[in-house]
Amino acid sequence: MSTLTPERIEERLRERFPGVEFRRQTGEAMRDHTLVLPVERLVEVCTFLRDDPELDFAMLSWIAGVDWLPREPRFEVVYGLLSMSRETRLTLKVQVGEENPRVPTVIPVWPTADWLERETWDFYGIEFTGHPDLRRILLPEDWVGWPLRKDSPLGYEEVAFTHNMPDREVPSPGLKKLKPKKVRYRAQ
Amino acid sequence: MIINMGPQHPATHGVLRVALELDGETIVKAKPVVGYLHTGMEKQAEYKTYTQSIPQTDRMDYLAPMSNNLAFCLAVEKLLGIEPPPRALHARVLLTELTRIASHLVWIGTHAMDIGAMTMFFYTFREREQILTMYDQVCGARMTATYFRVGGLAMDLPAGFLERAAKFLDSMPGHLATYEALLTENPIWVARTKGVALLSKQEAIALGATGPLLRGSGVKWDLRKNMPYSGYDQYDFEIPVGEHGDAFDRYLVRMEEMRQAVRICQQAIRRLEEIGPGDHRLRDYKYVLPPKEDVKTSMEALIHHFKIVAHGFFPPQGEAYVGIENPKGELGFYLVSDGSPKPWRMKVRSPSFVNLQALDTMVQGRLVADVITTIGTLDIVLGEVDR
Amino acid sequence: MSDPKDPRAAQPFRILGPAAREAPPAPDLLEPRSEEDALREDLERNVLFTTVESMVNWTRANSIWPLGFGLACCAIEMMATLGPGFDLSRFGAEVMRPSPRQADLMIVAGRVSLKMAPVLRQLYDQMPDPKWVIAMGACASCGGIFNNYAIVQGVDKIVPVDVYIPGCPPRPESLIYGIMKLQEKILVSRVELGPASWQKRARRGHPRSGSGAA
Repeated sequence: MSTLTPERIEERLRERFPGVEFRRQTGEAMRDHTLVLPVERLVEVCTFLRDDPELDFAMLSWIAGVDWLPREPRFEVVYGLLSMSRETRLTLKVQVGEENPRVPTVIPVWPTADWLERETWDFYGIEFTGHPDLRRILLPEDWVGWPLRKDSPLGYEEVAFTHNMPDREVPSPGLKKLKPKKVRYRAQ
Repeated sequence: MIINMGPQHPATHGVLRVALELDGETIVKAKPVVGYLHTGMEKQAEYKTYTQSIPQTDRMDYLAPMSNNLAFCLAVEKLLGIEPPPRALHARVLLTELTRIASHLVWIGTHAMDIGAMTMFFYTFREREQILTMYDQVCGARMTATYFRVGGLAMDLPAGFLERAAKFLDSMPGHLATYEALLTENPIWVARTKGVALLSKQEAIALGATGPLLRGSGVKWDLRKNMPYSGYDQYDFEIPVGEHGDAFDRYLVRMEEMRQAVRICQQAIRRLEEIGPGDHRLRDYKYVLPPKEDVKTSMEALIHHFKIVAHGFFPPQGEAYVGIENPKGELGFYLVSDGSPKPWRMKVRSPSFVNLQALDTMVQGRLVADVITTIGTLDIVLGEVDR
Repeated sequence: MSDPKDPRAAQPFRILGPAAREAPPAPDLLEPRSEEDALREDLERNVLFTTVESMVNWTRANSIWPLGFGLACCAIEMMATLGPGFDLSRFGAEVMRPSPRQADLMIVAGRVSLKMAPVLRQLYDQMPDPKWVIAMGACASCGGIFNNYAIVQGVDKIVPVDVYIPGCPPRPESLIYGIMKLQEKILVSRVELGPASWQKRARRGHPRSGSGAA
């Protein structure tokens, strides 16, 4: 099991980067140890996390982009790190705004970030500066727009039901046109 | 010369396109182009409640569907802070290990078929039919099971399931011995896979490889042992680790994993028989559907049932990531919740997507036929790569 | 003495008895078989008279070679149908041709994303006539459970489909039933003998006869 406590990780980071603000994100159900750091120091911090023999975060598991639309800063890029020798996970976050969504690439630190960053670019339009080959990976190359942003629509096709397309007659072989029964009142 | 190994190809295990830059027959560069099966699952998950997203997860790694269900349910349960009852826990382990056997059977069948040994395909699919019949018995669907729910299972295990599973597991070591007799000392197999698709330890870690790809290169890392989940710490099994990091080692690792999976399943069956009948879902009506008998008798259960079915359950605000050991590698779900019944963000860490990046490193300087071996030994599923 | 022309002399054993003496002899031994009769009998046994159309349809229906076009989960059920449990080669689909130039049937097994759609159309165009398309599964028929920006809502938006097989994924028995329905469809279809209709149109100088897709 994990031999590295979250406090020890933060201690080591603050020791090494005294001027950098590491904010631990807490909340009702923040189940993982999450640290928010400023964008400019990302690569340095990651290099330290990878190379430090005590921390040894040798593997980058995943990179995710999150779009918090009404909130400023709008985008968050979340990095999930894994230390195999210490059996610990760590989540790092950087926040960027809408006008300038640029994050330095961590490919020099973990080469696996190549496709993961391309995927985040593809979905959100967050540019990773220094990436050797930043282009779309999952969507067609000529797609316009950033589909996973909150203001992009789901793009679904409306299925025709009577409640949403009442004037569209879908002919059915067994459908009989029912005429309302004329009710005659007998004169008393 | 640039050759396109197109999206429609008998040996690419789906719609993978590889742009091969060749010099004669030697490969200079191999660039995989993915996205031909992109389904927008992550976007769609933001429009569906948590339970409604479970069928989507089946379609990601469609060779190991219950494994994906497990990862998603574990992530939601971590977010909610609940744990399923013991019967559900061990049933999940049993079914997930059966899924692992099924996935590796398809892998060896198609890998051997690509290399030329067509017989393996027929033998392994025959065994797989038995596993699919078991899936059918348990939840009604052969492949896309959607059997696990947040807080347990959708339905209890039916009568006769454990006996059928035990009978299948008894026959499995014999079948595995057949496969090994056909392949392990076969000179053609050895010539095609030994020394091919090499990935060193440092490269594997740097490229984020997980699963048999990592273990074949000599790294002792398996999430079931190192970061146990869903009761795996109560089971006794070994993790095979390779040495050279070539396709042959990965083949040996996966065959041994199948054996260990049989071992785990047998232990799970014994445990389930010890536990006896019990709850298959947690009785936490705030998040989990109450059993039907309670719904028909208790008012509170009825109200909870109505709320969960009409809106979905309301998890607390927060984030959670859970990674499990899929047959292909580390499958993880990162869920961000804003308190509403629909997730704010669901991110899938799919093992095949990350493992496929290693293709270029593994085929540099090799011949074209080795690309087929490499794609086979990477064990990718395009549904997972493209989501 | 026995008459050499008497056919009864050919058989050495005769059942003696009053019934045998009074019973009429078997007709085929008595009447000489003329060449015409023998020919007619042979023909009835070995030659079948039918139309070219039904023959062509019968051969096409019973030897459909599918194109290996598995996209997603339905592909695995298609592989299981070809496997030992539910053998598809009993129905004539002996081999799955990897090349579209050699296949007659395209089984679209799986979800078609927008990036894959032009590839699908190109493969369909590369298949020679006669060709059929089966939309296997819910995603190929109508988009299935994925109604979003990335999936084509039904492959019939791109290629003409002959048989739709519902299911997610359809069981191998469903796929076999779908192929049998396609066989029924082929058996009743009209066969165009002679140059194809577009060639006829081109020769007559029809305004819409341009060079079709390759």
